[in-house]
Amino acid sequence: MELSGAEIIVQALIDEGVEYVFGYPGGAVLHTYDALFKQDKVKHILVRHEQAATHGADGYARATGRCGVALVTSGPGATNAITGIATAYMDSIPMVILSGQVPTPVIGSDAFQEVDTVGISRPCVKHNFLVRDVHDLALTIRKAFYIATSGRPGPVLVDIPKDVTDPYIRIPYHYPKEIKLRSYNPATKGHPGQIRKAVDLLLQAKRPVIYTGGGVILGEAARSLRELVDLLGYPITSTLMGLGAFPMTDPRFLGMLGMHGTYEANMAMHETDVLIAIGARFDDRVTGKIEQFCPHANIIHIDVDPSSISKNVRVDIPIVGPVGSVLADMVRLIREAKAGPDQAALQDWWRQIEAWRGVKCLAYDRNSPLIKPQFAVETLYQVTGGDLYLTSDVGQHQMFAAQFYPFDEPRRWINSGGLGTMGFGLPAAMGVQLAYPEANVACISGEASILMCIQELATCKQYDLPVKIILLNNGYMGMVRQWQEFFYESRYAHSYVDALPDFVKLTESFGHVGMRVDQPGDLEGAMREAFAMKDRLVFLDIVVDPAENVYPMIEAGKGHHEMHLSPERELA
Amino acid sequence: MRHIISVLLENEAGALSRVAGLFSARGYNIESLTVAPTDDPTLSRMTLVTIGSEEIIEQIKKQLNKLVDTVKLLDLTEGRHLEREMMLIKVRAAKEDREELKRLTEIFRAKIIDVTGTSYVIELTGTSQKIDAFIQAVPEGLIVEVVRSGPIGIARGEKGLTL
Repeated sequence: MELSGAEIIVQALIDEGVEYVFGYPGGAVLHTYDALFKQDKVKHILVRHEQAATHGADGYARATGRCGVALVTSGPGATNAITGIATAYMDSIPMVILSGQVPTPVIGSDAFQEVDTVGISRPCVKHNFLVRDVHDLALTIRKAFYIATSGRPGPVLVDIPKDVTDPYIRIPYHYPKEIKLRSYNPATKGHPGQIRKAVDLLLQAKRPVIYTGGGVILGEAARSLRELVDLLGYPITSTLMGLGAFPMTDPRFLGMLGMHGTYEANMAMHETDVLIAIGARFDDRVTGKIEQFCPHANIIHIDVDPSSISKNVRVDIPIVGPVGSVLADMVRLIREAKAGPDQAALQDWWRQIEAWRGVKCLAYDRNSPLIKPQFAVETLYQVTGGDLYLTSDVGQHQMFAAQFYPFDEPRRWINSGGLGTMGFGLPAAMGVQLAYPEANVACISGEASILMCIQELATCKQYDLPVKIILLNNGYMGMVRQWQEFFYESRYAHSYVDALPDFVKLTESFGHVGMRVDQPGDLEGAMREAFAMKDRLVFLDIVVDPAENVYPMIEAGKGHHEMHLSPERELA
Repeated sequence: MRHIISVLLENEAGALSRVAGLFSARGYNIESLTVAPTDDPTLSRMTLVTIGSEEIIEQIKKQLNKLVDTVKLLDLTEGRHLEREMMLIKVRAAKEDREELKRLTEIFRAKIIDVTGTSYVIELTGTSQKIDAFIQAVPEGLIVEVVRSGPIGIARGEKGLTL
């Protein structure tokens, strides 16, 4: 089979089993678009801004576990995509980005729409390639998918000059099934000795905590994790990225930990004697002040990426390997062990944890005449019964969703945790809805975040994506306002979003349904109405209390035991 | 502490910038860096000299290993090793200074490789300390310019850093 470079790209995507490519055409990728036009196996989703192409591919990847794919042109196409690439990189999301480049003879001449895409993207990709010869094209794309999806996943960019896609240069096509790179060998198994040591330590624990992160979801290890918790009966907490790997409605789940984590989760971290970190990376929003992090604990850390281990926090038993296989090994060893956990100590520990739970750190004013954002999230849970894929933008609404919407399954909670990218939610929801056309998909957002990718309402119209936008509208960049209230004596420097559009009319102008709610009593009805419209995008503009803050809160640089609780709940 | 790290890299365009970018992005210290292809033209060997606490050095090695272009890595400082650096130094060599400069060259087993009526270029190979010592020994005011290669290193014994 002889193919042109452009046809090789398309055929390679078909051979990779790619369903959707999120993209935006332009001069340097015209040959490729022409090849896409001539087939119907790979579907192209035309976004309205390249940032949304990468977020869309990202949402698709997070919801399905498969590799997301974006296609952008050279120059501004590539630079617009960078925010989405960096977002995927920070959260280790498998993604392949194909970018057009100016023809090889003019590279370096400041040609029209030329940027050094490989150079610009280098710090925010797992790897990248510039393909200079059409003969290298198929193999390079194969390498890109392999690198993106193996080990610790991440985005891989392939920059393809226009002449490499020339429709008149045709070469034999061969797409290798298996690939081996001598310089890239991700761990496939944990060290048995280390795993045994970890199990021994775990079984001796008096006050254990299981701390899980996004790696459990990325590594498809939710089932093994549940087996581990069932066997041990230990309390478990999760980072923002790991929510749903373990059922959040299970009594052994302590809630999220960290800056806006629950009192019980953070206090348990502070008092634990054996901490097992699984697919988590000790991010500063989780650890607080490093010197005060888990001061009494021996720490076990399982991660597929050796550079995550002992990066921020020194650990006692590192285990490098895929989380799923390591957990399966641990489960087997625990089953074989002569003695199980110390039940007496565990009972005392749970008694202590229940006392912390009794603080009811997530309590809020339920009699407010205003819609409280927490109430809006709780209502969303009530209306959907947990049957929902929820994407999020970044800010207070993101934290309220993490605290008040209990996810019981992995890949249901989709948000930008590492980079904290405002504008992520709506395009990510498009990717999720495309992956699961029949599923309930909502995007929780704020009036500031949503405007950062609002143009995607057009994409949703073009492809009939019935996403529900749950907008918690408080008129402020809520999290910025909260920090200004706490740390800048309430000087609200430019956090008030003046001159907001009429979101109902705005939504309608894109051909969707808009609704505005400002009374607590109307909220549930409005949400039910919105979700009943199975085939329509509904934008629910919910006017919430502008003064509400996210609690509990650990100030940056403080320890886990130094939480602020809500004013009504502040401990004496 | 000072560490000399040898890295075998795929000899691909951009491999060097990945290493340089890693050091600047993560704020690691880089004292010197030399790189050239090996006997296998598909491989480059890089020698990096860096300074940091044990934790930082550990992270540097992990991050270098994580680069997809990195084939193998060895911290030479962990074992017995040899280390060499080359210097080309241009000095003012007026009549009255010539004897002294030639004597210095002999003492350090260096070589004068370019001579004009008023200057010498001297080539010297050795450990970084030896080269420092030579620079120190040149009488004040005579140095025109100094070019140092940065150290390269190799482990002692029969084992090699190969594929």
